[in-house]
Amino acid sequence: MYEKHLMICGATGCLSSGSAKVHQALVEELAKHKLEKKCRLVMTGCPGFCEVGPIIVIYPDEVFYCRLKPQDIPELVEKHLLGGEIVERLLYKGPDVDAPARFYDTIPFYRKQKFNVLRNSGIIDPENIDEYIMRGGYRALSRALKMEPMEIIDEVKRSGLRGRGGAGFPTGLKWEFTYKAVGDKKYVVCNADEGDPGAFMDRSILEGDPHAVLEGMLIAARAIGSDEGYIYCRAEYPLAIKRLKTAIAQAEEYGFVGENILGYGFNFKFNIKEGAGAFVCGEETALLASIEGKRGMPRPRPPFPATSGLWGKPTVINNVETYANIPLILREGGLEEFVKIGTEGSKGTKVFALAGKIRNTGLCEVPMGITLREIIFDIGGGIKGGREFKAVQAGGPSGGCIPAEKLDLPVDYDSLTQAGAIMGSGGLVVMDDRTCMVDLARYFLSFTQKESCGKCIPCREGTKRMLEILERITEGLGKPDDLDRLQELASTIKDSALCGLGQTCPNPVLSTIRYFRHEYEEHINEKFCRSGVCKSLFDYFIDPELCNGCTRCARICPVGAISGERKETHVIDPEICTRCGSCVERCRQEAIKVTRVRREADVNH
Amino acid sequence: MSTIKLTIDGRQVEVEPGTTILEAARKLGIDIPTFCHDPELAPNGACRICVVEVEKARALVASCSAPVAPDMVVYTESERVVQARKAILRLILANHPLDCITCEKTGECKLQDYCYRYGISESDFEGEVKDLPLDDTNPFYIRDMNKCILCGRCVGRCQEINGAGAIDFINRGFNTVVGPAYGDPIEKSSCVFCGMCVDVCPVGALVPKAGIGKGRPWEVKKVKTICPYCGTGCSLYLHVKDGCIIGASPDFDGPANRGHLCSKGRFGWDFVHSEDRLTKPLIKKDGVFVEASWDEALDLVAEKVRDLIKRYGPDSLMGLSSAKATNEENYLFQKLMRSLGTNNVDHCARL
Ligand SMILES: Cc1cc2nc3c(=O)[nH]c(=O)nc-3n(C[C@H](O)[C@H](O)[C@H](O)COP(=O)(O)O)c2cc1C
Ligand code: SF4
Ligand code: SF4
Ligand code: SF4
Ligand code: FES
Repeated sequence: MYEKHLMICGATGCLSSGSAKVHQALVEELAKHKLEKKCRLVMTGCPGFCEVGPIIVIYPDEVFYCRLKPQDIPELVEKHLLGGEIVERLLYKGPDVDAPARFYDTIPFYRKQKFNVLRNSGIIDPENIDEYIMRGGYRALSRALKMEPMEIIDEVKRSGLRGRGGAGFPTGLKWEFTYKAVGDKKYVVCNADEGDPGAFMDRSILEGDPHAVLEGMLIAARAIGSDEGYIYCRAEYPLAIKRLKTAIAQAEEYGFVGENILGYGFNFKFNIKEGAGAFVCGEETALLASIEGKRGMPRPRPPFPATSGLWGKPTVINNVETYANIPLILREGGLEEFVKIGTEGSKGTKVFALAGKIRNTGLCEVPMGITLREIIFDIGGGIKGGREFKAVQAGGPSGGCIPAEKLDLPVDYDSLTQAGAIMGSGGLVVMDDRTCMVDLARYFLSFTQKESCGKCIPCREGTKRMLEILERITEGLGKPDDLDRLQELASTIKDSALCGLGQTCPNPVLSTIRYFRHEYEEHINEKFCRSGVCKSLFDYFIDPELCNGCTRCARICPVGAISGERKETHVIDPEICTRCGSCVERCRQEAIKVTRVRREADVNH
Repeated sequence: MSTIKLTIDGRQVEVEPGTTILEAARKLGIDIPTFCHDPELAPNGACRICVVEVEKARALVASCSAPVAPDMVVYTESERVVQARKAILRLILANHPLDCITCEKTGECKLQDYCYRYGISESDFEGEVKDLPLDDTNPFYIRDMNKCILCGRCVGRCQEINGAGAIDFINRGFNTVVGPAYGDPIEKSSCVFCGMCVDVCPVGALVPKAGIGKGRPWEVKKVKTICPYCGTGCSLYLHVKDGCIIGASPDFDGPANRGHLCSKGRFGWDFVHSEDRLTKPLIKKDGVFVEASWDEALDLVAEKVRDLIKRYGPDSLMGLSSAKATNEENYLFQKLMRSLGTNNVDHCARL
């Protein structure tokens, strides 16, 4: 019998902050103290709080240790495992707690979260099917096997579940269309392409709880009458793919996959298709083309995949997170629980990836209807370095920015769309006063232009011209009619592009113009970038009131643009300065400010 | 199944389910512009010039691929539609050479026609313009991808109909091009030079070499005929100017070929006006060929045939006819041979 369970996060976030080395140190230290039989060490999926990784949670004590290094391990083993004493030094500390916090319910990051989809992530060993079963896994499947297809579909419809992959289409309805479509063969496809830069909830679910996705797909297959499925996962997710393969093999061994599943005469086979990582391959028709071995290019809909999908057969295609919700809805009493969470039009929870200038980067799962303010300030801990919040980009390259005055917006499909953003896959990129909104729009458009499949003219040619205009504006070459031209191009592209990529890619431009028009106008008319991002549109200067002559800035400047004696005000020579910003980061007094460029013309006046 | 009734530009039309808006509009004689639409290919929806406004739809709809629905109300030239079409044309022109003066396609170029129709003479976008090398290494046609508008018809024809799969889309975004794998010249690809791509290209990106500089489309008389190369009977048009064949194009309504031709039927007409071609009978006299009249030549042949039969019997003769002859001619030829008393007749079933 194990006395302690040590759950160490083995997901991509913590692996990159060094959890493999911490794991190795633990293995050695446990062996040294002959604790292998008493302490069970598990590499789990992501518990969400990547900012403070690597993370270990020790059960049954429920203690959350973070920011671990291999050299912390001897002390952890000595004090906690052998001595029964909590190592305060390694607990969570931050400006949002008075004292070091011990566990989920005392760490503010977790307090407002609601774990549905991430229910098992960080808690079970994702490579062990027994642990999934122990937490109620595959019960929804065995219940569904006793139900009629339309009964299953009806429960999914009543749950109000909407697709988590972007568009928010009602899942039950999609299943019904596919169920009713005529075909000698039907497919169930899982969209695990996750192309939105910054989003990683799908990877996290696959790495932390792969069986939940398999179970969701199996239930979908039972509902629509399919015997074969594909999981389209980007090849950059090797751990997710490995865990999926393990999970499929184990499920097969247990009789949940394969022939005559659980004796109900239901057969199902999984295939994994590794995608090469094109953003557009997340679009469902492009994804299906890619599985068929063709170039990933969208095609017109109708016909929708529900009637003519993979190899022309009726096909249900859903997102990873959508499938992970299904077992929760279909299990005994699950539907009643599910509909209690969320808003009228958006039921359940949503996982968000917090990124950008936010203190707590990572994943969080929240009930629909929570406000952006709660996500960003209560869960996310506010802005890094205590700076001022400017806006949040919701929905990635297809989404839009939402400014400070809309922070109390409830997060649900319809409110976000109304505000000019979208739910998308759940990426939230937080921006502070040092983010230039014109540059942000330029960045997203350069992404979509590069990722456009090149098929249709408005998207391929239109985004190029929009990007060129934005580039000119950020270089100080903006013209008075640029804003009109941008809006005109944006409306043509939205109105006439073939697929969702083109139809939504003007959103970042339109929403930044809508909420931050003055920044565009400053760039164009005054040749000034107040955020200090567009290098030819500002100078740095040192505020003599604040500068204490510490010399830190002068020492870091790579081009020697800063002069000044110790304890005396320093000065930046704008002719030499390359606006790399190193000094700004370095100055403890926040004395280095952004100012308008002094031009010859200004001097002559 | 019952038919579907809808309204297009205020006029009622009744069509079969599954009909596209474009087809329904054509039934009413309404001309919606198209670049990428190809009746023989699966709907592609690439160029978007065919967009129309459908009441209650969020965005404009590509009429070439959108099926009709009951009680649909469609506007094919509304202000919103025209604005989008103009924007699309301006976007194309911003990345397209404006050398119509010397372009071989002038006069039958869809881009020209639609720019004319919507009054677009230039583009006001400034920025990068593609600058790709010409592919003119093969003897049949030039690929100028700077003129390509990426409609994809050539790709679809080559893959779905010919099956050669010689070309596809390469790269993404602004850098997307159509071409053979690895950027090879077309000659090194699996292209069989059927020319189907050339025939469907709506612009001047694919140009047959034979006709370059020899005549404008409106100066050319298109003479419908049957290809004499083999017995399939492909129907085609010879492009004739001043009594000379300067090119050919397939007959898309030809019952035997419906627009398909092989490389010979499509490109192989230079022999007609070749200097090396025999146009008069030649008789060898003292070891040298000398021009003769038909009567002279036929008399000589008849005399020799008669002589051979007399001396060695009819089976000493053999007749070999040409695949370039028609069935009727071949029939007559074998009849002739048999009337001379021999069954020794053959045919070079090669070209
Ligand atoms: C350009 C583009 C990229 C997309 N990328 C993804 C993706 O990475 N993952 C995903 O699940 N859906 C993506 N989608 C949405 C899919 O097309 C599709 O709507 C979704 O997979 C349906 O599943 P759902 O109903 O469960 O959301 C993308 C759509 C577009 C237009
Ligand atoms: S909108 Fe863009 S990505 Fe979508 S089909 Fe058109 S070119 Fe391709
Ligand atoms: S000539 Fe025929 S085979 Fe060659 S690229 Fe064109 S369509 Fe394909
Ligand atoms: S070469 Fe012609 S047919 Fe082929 S994609 Fe370009 S424009 Fe279309
Ligand atoms: S003709 Fe309809 S999209 Fe090209």
